Amino acid sequence: MNVQLRDAPTAEPQAASKLAIADGDIHPARVTNAEYDPFLAKRWRDHLAEYGTRGRSQWQVGPAYPKAQPNASRRDALPLEGGRHGSSLSFMQLQHLDPNNVAMGILNPLGCGQGLQNLDLCAAMCAATNEWQVAKWTSQDKRLKASIVISYEDAPAAVAEIRKWAGHPDFAQIFMLSRTAEPLGAKRYWPIYEAAEEAGLPVGIHAFGYGGNPITAAGWPSYYTEEMVGHAQASQAGLASLVFEGVLARHPALKVVLIEGGFGWLPALSWRMDKVWQRLGSETPLLTRPPSSYVRDQVWLTTQPIEEPDPPEALRDLIGWIGWDKLIFATDYPHWDFDDPNQALKLRISEAEREAFFIGNARKVWGK
Amino acid sequence: MSELPTGGIDCDLHPAVPNIAALLPYLEPHWREMAITRGIDELNTIAYPMNAPISARPDWRIPGLPAGSSLPRLQNDALDAFGSQIAICNCLYGVQALFSEDLAAAFARAVNRWIAAEWLDRDARLRASIVLAQQSPDLAVAEIERCADDPRFVQVLLLVAGEVPLGKRSMWPIYEAAVRHNLPVGIHAGGAYHNPPGPIGWPGTLAEDYTGHAYAFAAGISSLITEGVFQRFPELKVVLLESGVTWLPPHLWRLTKFWRGVRIEMPWVDRLPASIVRDHVRLTAQPFDAPDDRDTLLRLIDHLQSDDILLFATDYPHWQFDGTAALPAGLPAALVRKMMIDNPRATYARLSETVA
Repeated sequence: MNVQLRDAPTAEPQAASKLAIADGDIHPARVTNAEYDPFLAKRWRDHLAEYGTRGRSQWQVGPAYPKAQPNASRRDALPLEGGRHGSSLSFMQLQHLDPNNVAMGILNPLGCGQGLQNLDLCAAMCAATNEWQVAKWTSQDKRLKASIVISYEDAPAAVAEIRKWAGHPDFAQIFMLSRTAEPLGAKRYWPIYEAAEEAGLPVGIHAFGYGGNPITAAGWPSYYTEEMVGHAQASQAGLASLVFEGVLARHPALKVVLIEGGFGWLPALSWRMDKVWQRLGSETPLLTRPPSSYVRDQVWLTTQPIEEPDPPEALRDLIGWIGWDKLIFATDYPHWDFDDPNQALKLRISEAEREAFFIGNARKVWGK
Repeated sequence: MSELPTGGIDCDLHPAVPNIAALLPYLEPHWREMAITRGIDELNTIAYPMNAPISARPDWRIPGLPAGSSLPRLQNDALDAFGSQIAICNCLYGVQALFSEDLAAAFARAVNRWIAAEWLDRDARLRASIVLAQQSPDLAVAEIERCADDPRFVQVLLLVAGEVPLGKRSMWPIYEAAVRHNLPVGIHAGGAYHNPPGPIGWPGTLAEDYTGHAYAFAAGISSLITEGVFQRFPELKVVLLESGVTWLPPHLWRLTKFWRGVRIEMPWVDRLPASIVRDHVRLTAQPFDAPDDRDTLLRLIDHLQSDDILLFATDYPHWQFDGTAALPAGLPAALVRKMMIDNPRATYARLSETVA
């Protein structure tokens, strides 16, 4: 976690002296919403002006729970020239990409219309987001790779968007949010996974979103903290659904990347799913081997916000149980709980582990 | 087959209501008439479908009746087989899932009278938790008051997934009453199913639903801590029943991390969540979600950072293990003794009132 006030960073001194890393979770932003105008039909620009965006959340703007700081962002990540945190490529280069020697950065746009109740507006905004990622970001900095943002509650539209961009060298994955309207393995989403497998693109599933369901089985909690910690629970529910509904079994070439949902829970969840499957295997005949084996073969996780166990050496236990080949370093730039690549992994590690964790696994999964 | 010390205290087993007719004598006349006239069905929630393998071990099943519904069988299968000195009955009959608060409270009273008469009166080894209509905290408190004089009730029973998160202020009267009567609050897997049982909606399979109890417990712990329940009730003890155990340390690491980052929104949480849990929370150790190898098991025990928080339980008649392997193989003998005897005694103050 990193909320700092400091002088504008200087890029030059460190860039050449550091080993290259991949960053699996960067959040690009618009200076203002008008940045989408060139990519939206007048019909949708007018609609947005009159009605705004209606999602499964109570507010016209802003998150369901007040965050702990504006835009949930590092206070030092406001671009020098103004605009929202994360809205300036040159400042992102100066503050993050150059000094941390990011050789590959995966763009995961948030707040860009996914999960809206008006499915046609949602599809239009997702399409605009994808055009915008190329125009503003990936065409301007080859280190950055985009995610195909899709209207996942409307599978036909999502599949069309996937097919539109499949094969484009600037796109590394398909992008969903974890808080879907139904559990991720539900039948309504199957065409998306088929299209992903067909396109040879991983499905990145980022924490957040508002599918309309309380994040706990006992209803809506009170605090932002509970929601943030709850994303680990929502990610588990999504993964359990992908496993038990047979999505991973049916699509053995499908790769899933769970983003910003934590990873410390994965060993316990895997053991639990295996035990449950031992008893209830007759309910899920598609699964011919233990649930954990599908997870091991087809699922990766980004690391931020990284686990900070007590005792600290438990971090090595966790990563050992998950596999050093399964975790992908991410910073979550420009958000407040940014993980600094120089400090995030408080373990003595081998060169092979470092290479896998900080860049190798990312290259294998996203192929960039 | 592992050898367990005798004289253990089984902290979670489930006598089953055989059918609604068995409860009729224990319902007050008006509610008995309602049950008969309206043809109220069995209050068995979808959490444990009767014939699903996980709901009952094959050798513990009773043809034509719910497993756990026979006292002689429970005595033979659970009490004698494990040499238990004491066993705590947590009756899972879906009173918490009724939408009418009054009807729920009527059934809760009936279940508690039935437990006392049909089980506690008939075997001195048995104790029970007070079943509550948790959808109505004021009626729940009334039921605690009604039962509290009977020292064989050693705990109050909530389900992890009720109407509202466990830490919400509306639940506090239940905690206040529990503390007043020296009763831990047992929180069992399962729920009212009044909210979607998963954080992203209704799961498609029982496997997901059962798996998901673990994250419902994680959310429950988050709620109890962030709402400041343990600061408000410093004597409160909570026992997580059938929660799975190994999800807890990673959950606390994450909760602690966010507590460090954003505790401005809950300044009353004045110490580490893990420290609060070690002081106030206990867990029964069936199921215990871990692989079979001893090295991993010992690392997981180390992650718990306490020898005091695990309690022995068979979870009878649910099918968690075979034979008498009610504890993961390879636990240190000293920890086994603590789990079976010392920790339950320290947790359930009322046991010392009734056990020599």
